[in-house]
Amino acid sequence: MLENYLPIIVFIFLGLAFGVGPMLIGYLLGPSKPYEEKNTQFECGFPAFDDSRMYFNVRYYLVAILFILFDLEVAFVFPWAVVQSQLGWFGFIAMSIFLFLLVVGFVFEWKNGALEWE
Amino acid sequence: MELWQAFVQMVHTLIPWLDGTVANILIILIKAIVLVMPLMLVVAYFTYAERKVIGYMQLRIGPNRVGPKGWLQPIADALKLMTKEIIFPTKANIYLFLLAPVLAITPAIAVWAVIPFDEGIYVTNLDISLLYVLAIGSIGVYGIILAGWASNSKYPLLGALRSASLLVSYEIVIGFALVTVVMIAGSVNLNTIVQAQQGGIAHWYFIPLFPMMIIFFISALVETNRAPFDVVEGESEIVGGTHIEYSGMTFAVFFLAEYANMILMATLAVVMFFGGWHSPFEGIPYLQAVFAWVPGIIWLLAKTSFFMFLYLWVRATFPRFRYDQIMHLSWKVFLPITIIWIFVVALMTQFQLAPWF
Repeated sequence: MLENYLPIIVFIFLGLAFGVGPMLIGYLLGPSKPYEEKNTQFECGFPAFDDSRMYFNVRYYLVAILFILFDLEVAFVFPWAVVQSQLGWFGFIAMSIFLFLLVVGFVFEWKNGALEWE
Repeated sequence: MELWQAFVQMVHTLIPWLDGTVANILIILIKAIVLVMPLMLVVAYFTYAERKVIGYMQLRIGPNRVGPKGWLQPIADALKLMTKEIIFPTKANIYLFLLAPVLAITPAIAVWAVIPFDEGIYVTNLDISLLYVLAIGSIGVYGIILAGWASNSKYPLLGALRSASLLVSYEIVIGFALVTVVMIAGSVNLNTIVQAQQGGIAHWYFIPLFPMMIIFFISALVETNRAPFDVVEGESEIVGGTHIEYSGMTFAVFFLAEYANMILMATLAVVMFFGGWHSPFEGIPYLQAVFAWVPGIIWLLAKTSFFMFLYLWVRATFPRFRYDQIMHLSWKVFLPITIIWIFVVALMTQFQLAPWF
């Protein structure tokens, strides 16, 4: 059983190699003539106005929180989905209650404008 | 297959250390390289196909200088990128800056370990392969966030924020869409899901799950940052998004990851909704016999190529969406539809709707 997971590890290391290898090749083959102007960050040709670690819209944070909630729901639904055809009506009603609670929360956040981007 | 078995035997007798673990790893490595090398070649020629197809769609010729009809163009591009200078911005957090492309491409390659190509042709057959695909696939977002943050520049940061919230929003939609497939197939093993679709086009899941198939494909476009949802690097707004500060091979690695992900999403759409390696002529009296000699992997690749072509077609056809519209589409349109469709599928299974259950 566990030997099924050995290829995963091999693939992850292969993926790392495919990330590091080309960059190494590029570093070795490419020229390296840095100067100050070249190494500044890009800002449409101007010198940078102020720090780039700036304030950003709180909505991104809100989306992240909602994502955690809903992704957990997905994770809960998966085991039920695998066996739902054998559970019959009991499983259907149980999942209906679960999803109903989810939908109530969803409607709440929709009505409160958490999904608006303006 | 017998030849392969004999080869495996030979490797095991030649390298007997550690109860054959070393030999096992070697064999997996051979399998992995046999899979990944063609994948990289496909990525290279997918970029060529993209330029050529979009060129013809816009009444241009596309690349036609390097080699006959421009066939060597991807090779020339690769050589060019290799010999470009890698710029390290002074203000960037250099280790995170270099880690980001690696984090982007590692999941893009690692996912391929569980994709079934034909009856019995896969690198590994996990019982939870679909969960593995979802889990590893969501690591890719770290690469983009890190790239945006470590660049220490404004546009990359904006691009990363946009990208991160887009990716996570559509991940939920993809998750729910795939739940419906799991409900019908009764398994999270990709091999079993494909086997459950045996028996001709009528048994493929895109018929009972038609809206889910559409939603999955559109979400796949978003997940891979493709037009018309490429606000992440929308060049008219934030120049190049997270990729701005990357040059030469560091950029190329991001590029590889993005295209590998596109091919993966196309393959996944085929595996989940279009019967994987099954021939579309199964069960049709005359045609089935005529096409019986075609191996399953050819069908899989043909269907995948069609979806890859759809990517290009969509890009050439639609203008870019506005950011708030994309978020609106995900949370207010797709999410309710997927939740409703879970109920519909549950009812369909309870009433034993033929021929899928």
